[in-house]
Amino acid sequence: MTSHVLSLLVEDKPGLLTRVAGLFARRGFNIESLAVGHSEIPSLSRITIRVDVDDVPLEQVTKQLNKLINVIKIVELDVSQSVQREHLLIKVKVDATTRSQVLEAVNLFRARVVDVATDAVVIEVTGDNGKTQALLRVLEPFGIRELAQSGLLAIGRGSKSITERVFRN
Amino acid sequence: MTTETTPVPSAPASAEPEMLTGSGAIIRTLELLGVTDVFGIPGGAVIPLYDELMTQTKIRHILVRHEQGAGHAAEGYASATGRVGVAIATSGPGATNLVTAIADAYMDSVPLLAITGQVFSTSMGTDAFQEADIIGITMPITKHSFLARRAEEIPAAIASAYHIASTGRPGPVLVDITKDAQQNLAPFIWPPKLDLPGYRPIVKAHGKQVQAAAQLLLAAKKPVLYVGGGVIRAHASAELLALAEATGAPVVTTLMARGAFPDSHPQHLGMPGMHGTVPAVLALQESDLIISLGARFDDRVTGKISEFAPSAKIVHVDVDPAEISKIRFADVPIVGDAKDVIADLIIAWAEVLQGGASDTAEWWTYLHGLKDEFPLGFTEPTDGLLAPQYVIQRIGELTGPEAVYAAGVGQHQMWAAQFIKYERPNSWLNSGGAGTMGYSVPAAMGAKVAEPDRVVWSIDGDGCFQMTNQELATCTINKIPIKVAIINNSSLGMVRQWQSLFYDGRHSFTDLNTGHGTAMVPDFVKMADAYGALGIRVTSKDQVDDAIKLALATNDRPVVIDFIVSPGAMVWPMVPQGVSNSFVQYAKDHAPTWGDE
Repeated sequence: MTSHVLSLLVEDKPGLLTRVAGLFARRGFNIESLAVGHSEIPSLSRITIRVDVDDVPLEQVTKQLNKLINVIKIVELDVSQSVQREHLLIKVKVDATTRSQVLEAVNLFRARVVDVATDAVVIEVTGDNGKTQALLRVLEPFGIRELAQSGLLAIGRGSKSITERVFRN
Repeated sequence: MTTETTPVPSAPASAEPEMLTGSGAIIRTLELLGVTDVFGIPGGAVIPLYDELMTQTKIRHILVRHEQGAGHAAEGYASATGRVGVAIATSGPGATNLVTAIADAYMDSVPLLAITGQVFSTSMGTDAFQEADIIGITMPITKHSFLARRAEEIPAAIASAYHIASTGRPGPVLVDITKDAQQNLAPFIWPPKLDLPGYRPIVKAHGKQVQAAAQLLLAAKKPVLYVGGGVIRAHASAELLALAEATGAPVVTTLMARGAFPDSHPQHLGMPGMHGTVPAVLALQESDLIISLGARFDDRVTGKISEFAPSAKIVHVDVDPAEISKIRFADVPIVGDAKDVIADLIIAWAEVLQGGASDTAEWWTYLHGLKDEFPLGFTEPTDGLLAPQYVIQRIGELTGPEAVYAAGVGQHQMWAAQFIKYERPNSWLNSGGAGTMGYSVPAAMGAKVAEPDRVVWSIDGDGCFQMTNQELATCTINKIPIKVAIINNSSLGMVRQWQSLFYDGRHSFTDLNTGHGTAMVPDFVKMADAYGALGIRVTSKDQVDDAIKLALATNDRPVVIDFIVSPGAMVWPMVPQGVSNSFVQYAKDHAPTWGDE
């Protein structure tokens, strides 16, 4: 099984997310990560899905997704041809002796501290999965009290856009 | 506002658009889409719609006795004609009663428009009386669905639903309309704008792929045209006949495609699959090229998929891209409407033929041998009771190919697929993918409404009949004279057959006590009488023809013939579940010999 990132351009209609998520569930595919938000075009949303499947079932997933009336366009975003980012908020336990070590890690990973208390800090980090996982491994020994993580966001490199390819014809 | 019959864009009328209630808009929209018949039952959340239905004359509403009956009737209506069938139900339980029929239509690609009432938009989400999230419930079994919460949304919702249901790969579409949307006034604007940017069914196939298919066909020594229900839905029978005759390839028609190619045609090998003919099963299995036309490699056709047709290359033609290579890898995938693709294939075939000719003589010698050695047949039951196959065969012979035959699900369905000879598309209706017991009576009713001049038979089982026979009341009251043949073997016959063959004859809960030597509860003849239908009981062979002839001569009311048949009769040939098609058994413990390749 390999990880694939699908970017869907969809109509912003009630129940849309249920249709997409339900399709994955009933066809037996696991959603690893999901991010939904507006696109640059009003009334269209963009869904980024990371799914772990082999190539043949992936083709079946995309064909089934394409059959959903509200799905306008699906592209698979290759890692090398796209920018892929996750966003994490991490609450880490600190005290007088560990604070400086934690802040050092934050600087090394080009993360940011967005909230400070006497016994904890909240760290914000953006990056690809490799970077965020590495930071988590570094912070683990200090004690991660809470973790909130966004779905993966992805966009193709270069000037082309998923929407222009749709509306060109 | 003019009342045009087709939704063609025209210059906007200068006058102010007419104000209609949402209910009025539902009816006007259906009318403008060309709908002439609908099946339904009123309830709290559709009273406004029914109030307006009462005063109009353009649409015939058939009041059914159960919403499932409305759904299957709409399916039968659609399957007998290719037109969209329409079913109406109220919110909550009314809508959930439609679910089985919607699932059935989804599996068999039936163009079905389901209109359900919903509670007031202000009450939605509060667990209001008779509230059910029918859109959520039917999401996995509809092609799409719409919720109209405002009267203004109704024309576009219904017109879009109708369009989606009837184009591309047909299927069920549900429109859920709140009670306040039905009550409120809104300007009726026609035609509405269909805003479906994500819906672009592919019709015309890629020319190169069609060329490649023709080349493969030319090179093939053992080709087969594997014809599925898509050919019927695409109205492509004439094209199929031309292709078959141009190429000389053998043809098999699946359960969903019976009638797509004439049974009397010498190139027809019959139905493939679990209960297919030996020549059809082995033709697919030993083929070197399968051209699949609107079929989907269902497990009941392929048997164990990893051992299915091991030497065959696959050309897969389907209007739904998701069907291609879903089960079996397609060497040549062709996405397109069967009618267009087959027409293109005929042209491509003529072009490649100039370079030579295909040689299928040896193949045909083998297939003719199989046809001679393993014709469809049956043995007389040893208990002295009627052979169900004989009854069904006589119904077909005495009624002829212009009739419509709607089967339930089980043994009688298989016998009706085998022993009635179909010569035209849309003459055979059944629940193929879903296997919905109870389909037959309401589907036959729907077909008779659509095709009043044709004889319509419901070939039903005693189990199936007890699931939906309430629609006989609908038939009698609305003068829909269908003919029901109950193949009464006093049991859930297909399950019983599996129990006999694979469960040491342990007939667990399959006796229904409706037939020979039982309490006969219910008595189907008395039941027919109670429904105002003509009831006839047939227990011996010499009564069969007379009963069928009497049924054919009776057109002032429905007819129910209770054929008391042998519970011991089994459906043969059979490929047991989960094994290769090579193990097809012609009859019990009688597998054919086939040449080693």
